[in-house]
Amino acid sequence: MGEFLHQLASGLALGGVYAIMALALVMIYQATHLINFAQGEMAMFSTYFAWKLMDLGWPYWRAFFAAVVASFIGGVVIERLIVRPFANAPVLTSVIVFLGLAFIFNALAGWLYGYSVTSFDSPFSGRPWFGAGYMSAHEAGVILVTLAVLLLVYAFFRFTPLGLAMRAAAQNPVSSRLVGIRVGWMLAIGWGLAAAIGAIAGMMAAPIVYLDPNMMFGVLLYAFAGAVLGGIDNPFGAAFGGFAVGVMENLVGAYVVGPEVKLSVALAIIIAVLVWRPSGLFGRRLVARV
Amino acid sequence: MVKRSGTSQTLVALAVAIFALVFPFFASGYHLYQAAQVLILAIALLGLNLLTGFNGQISLGHGAFFAVGGYGTAILMAKLGVPYWVAIPIAGAVCFGAGFLFGFPALRFGGLYLALATFALAVATPQMLSYTGFDPYTGGSMGLQVSKPHAPFGLPLSADQWLYLACLACAAALYWAASNLVRGRVGRALIAIRDQPIAAETMGVNAALYKTSCFGVSALYAGVAGGLSAIVVGFVSPESFGLPLSLAFLVGIVVGGLGSLGGALFGALFIEFVPNIADQLTVSFGESAKALPGAIYGVLLILIMAAMPMGAAGAARAIARLGAKVEEGGDANVAANYGGKGEAP
Amino acid sequence: MINRRTFLQSSAAAAAFAASAGSARADNAPGVTDTEIKIGQTMPYSGPASAYGVIGRTETAYFKMINEQGGVNGRKINLISLDDGYSPPKTVEQTRRLVEEEKVAFIFNSLGTPPNVAIRQYLNDNKIPQLFVATGAAIFADPQHFPWTIGWQPSYVTEAKIFAKHILKTKPDAKIAILYANDGFGKEYLAGLKEGLGADHAGMLIKEASYENSEPTVDSQVVTLQGSGADVLLIAATPKFAAQAIRKTFDIGWTPVRYMTDVSQSIASVMKPAGLDKSKGVITAVYGKDPTDARWKDDPGFKEYAAFIEKYMTPHELIDAFAVYGFGLGATMVQVLKQCGADLSRASVMKQAANLKDLELPMLLPGIKINTSPDNFSPIRQEALASFNGASWEQFGEVLTD
Repeated sequence: MGEFLHQLASGLALGGVYAIMALALVMIYQATHLINFAQGEMAMFSTYFAWKLMDLGWPYWRAFFAAVVASFIGGVVIERLIVRPFANAPVLTSVIVFLGLAFIFNALAGWLYGYSVTSFDSPFSGRPWFGAGYMSAHEAGVILVTLAVLLLVYAFFRFTPLGLAMRAAAQNPVSSRLVGIRVGWMLAIGWGLAAAIGAIAGMMAAPIVYLDPNMMFGVLLYAFAGAVLGGIDNPFGAAFGGFAVGVMENLVGAYVVGPEVKLSVALAIIIAVLVWRPSGLFGRRLVARV
Repeated sequence: MVKRSGTSQTLVALAVAIFALVFPFFASGYHLYQAAQVLILAIALLGLNLLTGFNGQISLGHGAFFAVGGYGTAILMAKLGVPYWVAIPIAGAVCFGAGFLFGFPALRFGGLYLALATFALAVATPQMLSYTGFDPYTGGSMGLQVSKPHAPFGLPLSADQWLYLACLACAAALYWAASNLVRGRVGRALIAIRDQPIAAETMGVNAALYKTSCFGVSALYAGVAGGLSAIVVGFVSPESFGLPLSLAFLVGIVVGGLGSLGGALFGALFIEFVPNIADQLTVSFGESAKALPGAIYGVLLILIMAAMPMGAAGAARAIARLGAKVEEGGDANVAANYGGKGEAP
Repeated sequence: MINRRTFLQSSAAAAAFAASAGSARADNAPGVTDTEIKIGQTMPYSGPASAYGVIGRTETAYFKMINEQGGVNGRKINLISLDDGYSPPKTVEQTRRLVEEEKVAFIFNSLGTPPNVAIRQYLNDNKIPQLFVATGAAIFADPQHFPWTIGWQPSYVTEAKIFAKHILKTKPDAKIAILYANDGFGKEYLAGLKEGLGADHAGMLIKEASYENSEPTVDSQVVTLQGSGADVLLIAATPKFAAQAIRKTFDIGWTPVRYMTDVSQSIASVMKPAGLDKSKGVITAVYGKDPTDARWKDDPGFKEYAAFIEKYMTPHELIDAFAVYGFGLGATMVQVLKQCGADLSRASVMKQAANLKDLELPMLLPGIKINTSPDNFSPIRQEALASFNGASWEQFGEVLTD
């Protein structure tokens, strides 16, 4: 039983990171119908930015917020400079552009910071919570941060005028323009938010997976899986998917088939779910009009 | 596709063909190896283009079928002593089956979900290949050594020259087959399914059959390419078939031009040589910049997409159309305008 | 700078010597001129194994240092180091380029098991030395079948056997669990452990768990291993995952005796991220000096290394275990070249590589020496066990041989 709780706990913790990344993916998807394959590398780069600040002596939370803000700005700039020119290009052309961005960030991080594994502090250090050591303080912190991010994002979109404008721009760009919404800037802000959220994910993940230029690849992969499982057009679905994938990975690896094929099995499960519900568990079902 | 300037296209094709045939007699073994790799990649890209360019099904996982072809060939040759010219077709057929079967669940997914599902397949491939249970067949993580075939009938050709010519012959034959396919009824059906699936069904096109078969055929191409790769490299291991391979395929077809078979060669040249060029460009940054080729590659990708969003073939068409407009003021060909927009309105 | 400019220089030199009649026998050897010897390697500068790229950079810098000191027997060493992204097809391509285009004398310290297996047949068929492969796989010490291929570091099998022996000696009723990478490296460890335990004690290994390099963490595997009730844990993992495993065992309150592969012994990259206090008691096999260990502060070998780093590398590479490794390889290569004297033909180089006697290097632990002979292609076969005391590796017991 103890082992089961352990697996569950670490699955939820890492699942929280996947959930945050999935949320970032969904944000961009909802606005542009594109999957940003560079999300993971951008998050990694933001994390290195925070690390560099802390290396220079900044306290954790100040570096954290600086990284989040810098990522927001970076996201906006990337959208305006690099993504915007391809707005009318075919889907796959944009995919290649995102791949190019991913290569650039990965190589830049390697060049600037080297490839050795580095430690990254957690703001939640201390004795494991809940005594029995099922979950470290950081892991519990990650789950709380994930929930906080989800709530903030929900509140932003639901209750603020800007959030409303962004939703409108994503759903119906033409009508939004007619009522005076600057659709282009809504997209840019969407990218900025996604980058900021990604930065949070990176900084939550780094104490667990350790900081190196390739750290986000595995995380991004599972974030995709989570977003797909939960439904790419539903933020809460995607977040749920992230948690589900995290837990499922651990349980499948521990109890069903052993770690050697758990990657394949987990992915097979996702494909099976998609066959049953092609838009993901909570995604909108697409009905095509003839 | 309507040949805008038929004569110049045939001349170009002829020049390429002559060069390709004469090449092995003045090129070094190393260059022949590279050329064989280009041809192998071109075959895989042909297959992927059939699926993604003509039929609109996005696959990010063709590295998996390439791997099945490669390992299948290696196992048949190394463990069962099957000669390569039997092993590769068998491996290709197995891949057809695998692709066809994968096509069934793929029918249920929309474009994006299929992309992600195939992406997952690409990532899982090395793990599946190194599964301990398969070790006796796959050689485990040490991989399998494959002996390079020599020229048959005592022809005075080195192994490198022979392998190059074999790849050339396969590429030419498969190109011819693919181009016949897309020019005919099947091709039109595939394109119709991509652009207007519901209208196509109403017209009596069995979308499910065409889509799964297309998956199978494209997997077959990837599998044959994988098999050729096994004998040209002489070695297979799980590391040979990771995610970078599938991503390279995607880059190849987009850079070459979706919906263009001729673009496959350009795409193959791009993914084979541009990383090397990126390497050379960073030399001037000094030793610490050994990591930078990746960044240069990324920048090049973005620049190329900006310059040629429809790939090289699209750019060639645009240039040809400019020329034609000046000459004829002729009609536009709908298919030639296509660039792979993917989703139905 | 080494690649393009010196390539042009050396091809000019090569053209010059080709035009003239070769005088000394050394001049007729491929890759060798009166003033230079050209050697090649492939390294994963990109891709998932890019952390190992430091090794290639270190070796390039090391030879630069040697060249500035006059070279070996009047010749400069020109190392051409190409990226293969750890992909065997690319390794074959780059190696063929090195051999057929750049016309290097031999291949030196190319990295990775699959890459080296991919080129082994080609190099042996063409009688080109494949020197000091950068991998601990035992298959590369096979002079009978592959007389042109030789290893350098202690093999993973050797190390696992040393651990097994130690376990049998100190804890004969132990229940052993192993976490291993699902690739050649990890699987060799598993095989070595089983071999070391032998058939009679095979039952001591009660749980195995593997991980993929593409996974984010191994936390789940560690929890599974704890569930087996083992009291000894063997961590056959690369730095990132080793650090995760060490931290996780501590966090879940599991206190097995932890043995860890020497590949991950870097205090800066593994013990510190894991947590210095959480890493106490971890046992590893060492053969080199850890640059962050205050014990070597005044050691002449370490000072030599530190001076090299200061002049030719960047400061954060001082503590990089891979830089130490590259430094040792460079020194070994220079010794071989010195022993060759005027005869730098491939046969001579291979002969001298298999003729190293009691070679000591600045960053090898005292007592550990390199030895090779025509039937011993494992240069380093000794390791000492060391335990982490929260600040450094404390050696205990003697230097052991497999």
